[in-house]
Amino acid sequence: MPDMMLRTEGLTKGFTLHLQGGLRLAVLAGIDLAVRAGECVALTGPSGAGKTTLLRSLYGTCRADGGRILIRHRGTLLDLAAADPRAIVAVRTETLGYVSQFLRVVPRVAAREIVAEAAIARGQAPAAARAAAEALLLRLAIPARLHDLPPATFSGGEQQRVNLARGFVAGHPILLLDEPTAALDAANRATVLTLISEAKARGAAIVTILHDAAALAAAADRAFPMTALQDAA
Amino acid sequence: MSDPTLLSARGLRLSFGAIPALAGVDLDLWPGEVLAVVGESGSGKTTLLNVLSGRVRPDAGVVWYRDPDGALHDVHAMEAPLLRRLHRSDWGFVHQDPRQSLRMGVSAGGNVGERLMAAGARHYGRIRASALDWLAEVEIDPARIDDLPRIFSGGMLQRLQVARTLATHPRLVFMDEPTGGLDVSVQARLLDLIRRLVARHGLAVVLVTHDLAVARLLAQRIVVMRRGLAVETGLTDQVLEDPQHPYTQLLVSSVLQA
Repeated sequence: MPDMMLRTEGLTKGFTLHLQGGLRLAVLAGIDLAVRAGECVALTGPSGAGKTTLLRSLYGTCRADGGRILIRHRGTLLDLAAADPRAIVAVRTETLGYVSQFLRVVPRVAAREIVAEAAIARGQAPAAARAAAEALLLRLAIPARLHDLPPATFSGGEQQRVNLARGFVAGHPILLLDEPTAALDAANRATVLTLISEAKARGAAIVTILHDAAALAAAADRAFPMTALQDAA
Repeated sequence: MSDPTLLSARGLRLSFGAIPALAGVDLDLWPGEVLAVVGESGSGKTTLLNVLSGRVRPDAGVVWYRDPDGALHDVHAMEAPLLRRLHRSDWGFVHQDPRQSLRMGVSAGGNVGERLMAAGARHYGRIRASALDWLAEVEIDPARIDDLPRIFSGGMLQRLQVARTLATHPRLVFMDEPTGGLDVSVQARLLDLIRRLVARHGLAVVLVTHDLAVARLLAQRIVVMRRGLAVETGLTDQVLEDPQHPYTQLLVSSVLQA
């Protein structure tokens, strides 16, 4: 299927906690998830069901124990679970955008630069990337007077919006969004939902974690329900 | 992925008496990549840096360096003058203590200019202009070009060492705890500076640090050293957020949250 952007086959992931006597936590077992271009899939389920672990596995941060993670990159399906580190870096730069729950701030780097960096890395001209960064920050209600400042002193909500701008600015074909509407007021939540539908309209495949039922109904084409393995029958 | 490495080490071993500082280490570095070597004191990380850069000879193993023309050189089989030339031009070394590479009795500009001259520059005006540029790059007031480093603060000394090292546009820089011993605010400025310069000049860096926050900020990849062995390697976020080896899990869980 040519419009298949992301597919996992039998994805399995657990954690071995060596500091707790080698305690073994099974989190994901045999996950088969498929997302097409222009589709938004929401991972749902209680905390501890492995939603964030799945999202981090799709980004290559958590290393899969078994199965495949196929990502459409440069026109072919690449197995991220078997890719070497430099291939993963290339996939992240060009293909996979990720918005974590918290912005990891870099000292002394202005908000505009933090956002523009992602687009420049993906090949946009610096001036155009900065203009796009400013426009997106303004849409997310970060006023122009803050664009030159490093976000270290921003509020949690403002930092999260800088993070979202960074995630959306580059136009990645696949977006992974970890609770993009958490900690946002109603107006900003509406903006994020609009950004998601704009990304879908340009053909992006999106995997997201959404707890807010209204946001889920508005943004997601379907839910991918998950349950904690310990609770499973 | 078969594009050529810039630096490759295979089977590095080195013992100090009965203590194995390196017990069989393999490592690859690609052009433009920042690789952090982390681990506690005594894990062998500084020894690894010294062996990779040809400063210390291993008991066994080989280090290959690929020059700009694509030719491979066995670093420990190179003739001394050739290795010295490499250290003066293509390579740089940033020490934890800037006094190890700076000359305290020579002006700030002279310290930068000296490295340019060692790499073959002769025109005084151009050397001075380049020194001024590099002082500005590392945020040292150009008006201080004729001051002696002796009267500089620790953070300024470290920035001067970075300017001196990068003046010849090296492709590969070895850094040994570059922010060690500096105040936290001074550290942040230096880290940001290193981060920008590395990106702007496309430098490859082998960075030794015990500070995981420094590794997270600067490095794409991490190697975790313990008792002379590389116990884990991976992308920075993989190693810090999904550590596999018991020792890496201990290191990561020992970091104090600010």
